[in-house]
Amino acid sequence: MPPARWEHFPHSADVGIRGYAATLPEAFEQAALALTGIVTDAEIEPRTSVEVTCEASDLEVLFVEWLNAIIFEMAVRNMIFGGFKVTLTDTALRGTLWGETLDQAKHAPACEPKGATYTALRVAQEPDETWSASCIIDV
Amino acid sequence: MDLSRLIRIDGTTWQIEPTGAMRVPAVIYAGEGLVREMDEKVYEQTVNVASLPGIVKAAYVMPDAHWGYGFPIGGVAAFDADEGGVVSAGGVGFDVSCGVRTMLSHLKVSQIAPVQKEFADSLFQQIPAGLGSKGAITLDHVEMEAMLKGGARWAVERGWGETRDLERIEEHGEMVGAEPSCVSDRAKERQQREMGTLGSGNHYLEVQAISEVFDKEAAGCFGLEPDEVVVTIHCGSRGLGHQIGTEFLREMLPAAAAAGISLPDRELACAPIKANVGQRYLGAMRSAINCALANREIIGHYARRVFSHFFPNANLDLLFDVSHNTCKVESHKANGGNSRQLFVHRKGATRAFGPNHPDLPQALRTIGQPVLIGGSMGTGSYVLAGCLSSEEKSFASACHGAGRAMSRHTALKKWRGRQIVDELAEHGIIIRSPSMRGIAEEAPGAYKDAEAVVLSAEEAGLAKRVARLRPLICIKG
Repeated sequence: MPPARWEHFPHSADVGIRGYAATLPEAFEQAALALTGIVTDAEIEPRTSVEVTCEASDLEVLFVEWLNAIIFEMAVRNMIFGGFKVTLTDTALRGTLWGETLDQAKHAPACEPKGATYTALRVAQEPDETWSASCIIDV
Repeated sequence: MDLSRLIRIDGTTWQIEPTGAMRVPAVIYAGEGLVREMDEKVYEQTVNVASLPGIVKAAYVMPDAHWGYGFPIGGVAAFDADEGGVVSAGGVGFDVSCGVRTMLSHLKVSQIAPVQKEFADSLFQQIPAGLGSKGAITLDHVEMEAMLKGGARWAVERGWGETRDLERIEEHGEMVGAEPSCVSDRAKERQQREMGTLGSGNHYLEVQAISEVFDKEAAGCFGLEPDEVVVTIHCGSRGLGHQIGTEFLREMLPAAAAAGISLPDRELACAPIKANVGQRYLGAMRSAINCALANREIIGHYARRVFSHFFPNANLDLLFDVSHNTCKVESHKANGGNSRQLFVHRKGATRAFGPNHPDLPQALRTIGQPVLIGGSMGTGSYVLAGCLSSEEKSFASACHGAGRAMSRHTALKKWRGRQIVDELAEHGIIIRSPSMRGIAEEAPGAYKDAEAVVLSAEEAGLAKRVARLRPLICIKG
């Protein structure tokens, strides 16, 4: 099985993010790294941790909720996160985010994620049994 | 877009006949070249919009349209509440009331030129731009409610603007029907420190030269003199609008299902206008419109401060302030009948009232509403004026920008920020931004030709060209 990884995929005005991993929680973690990748390529120190929880009856909606929870914490704390841990139950997600205060000089943030959308939203197990989680982020 | 699926009406009008679930036709306004370049997703998304309950007359697509989420960006659709019409959070977008304002300095380019660099540095220092920038204003609960109710009028009352600006802002600077109680605590929390900030992405403040006048009479009425300098600001409702969009999109998913609306795309999430969630969304979305109007008024005030420091006699006059992500109740004639109150969604489209419209200030009434079109930081922007024919053509709407020709992803592979900054400097354009990568993503080459877009808008009778603006300084978020 290929190692866990993330990527951006093209959208005409915004940015597509996708995480791949052997397990679903790890695919969500990889997608969160892709979300941070929209903002910066700089290294992020895990100085502070933040806990989030989300709920949704639908796995794909839960994925969007997870990304929106991160976007919210980034905005109100003025932080950027470089480490993620997800635990999933049927309809709920607990996540830990590790990061630091956003510093324009250090992180040179390119773009602010406004929200995760339901466009190109897909959470699925691929034929090689890898999990993938993707959607378009409005920036 | 595959032209064989469209019926060509004239040089810039293309129709998709209603088939399947479509309740009305779809009409695309653009020249052949632009239609060919449009993503197939624009076709798909427009067909989906034309299938929503209560849609009136047609789903419209502006010349700068591209693949959005739910609605295409550059989409216009009007709904009748009495015919089961819907309001859609996706049809407004995340950046509620994102828009453009242009202010006239009456200075000559030759007055700016000697201090252009210092002036750019000062603007960059004074106007918070980009992610992680901090605004100077913190709103407590009481002030937050007052801002969400009062919009630009609130900003003026607090000393961040001038009373004379208000008649030159849509809704006279204050959107009625805003219900701050419909805005969640999380949305308000996101906005606490965001007032007077530009944001990032395609948002900017530009100092521009009026490089060409197309219509002397209209330019004279608008105060646009060749070789004079204007300031244009493009930004929206910041975190508050983003959070409102996010929350209502989720809430409208089950609401649509409960109302028996089958959604071909979840992003089209909508609710009947008369349903509880529809009404709450309108109350929240109108509050976000006020937030955007206040934000642009405050940034305009900051620009005035910097101008008065460098040019003590300069007095920036607001030409106009337009919003291009909104849903507004307007009176329109449809299908030959009497005027009806319709809920007009403009997602990446500008309201373009023609001459004699009663909502326009007296000074602009003979010409029509200024329609402000943002271009890329290299190729410049346009001022158009709404035409009488736009009412019949598109519920009085026109394009909003050049539109992207290339994804950020592709742009990043193609350009380096430093290279763009140096190349533009050779053309007399100074760029200031917290992020070189952000500049590469916003490279002029990543945008469509704004000229082709505005020519299509003019030929289609949506709005006519008044003047072209060439960038001198761009503060990029």
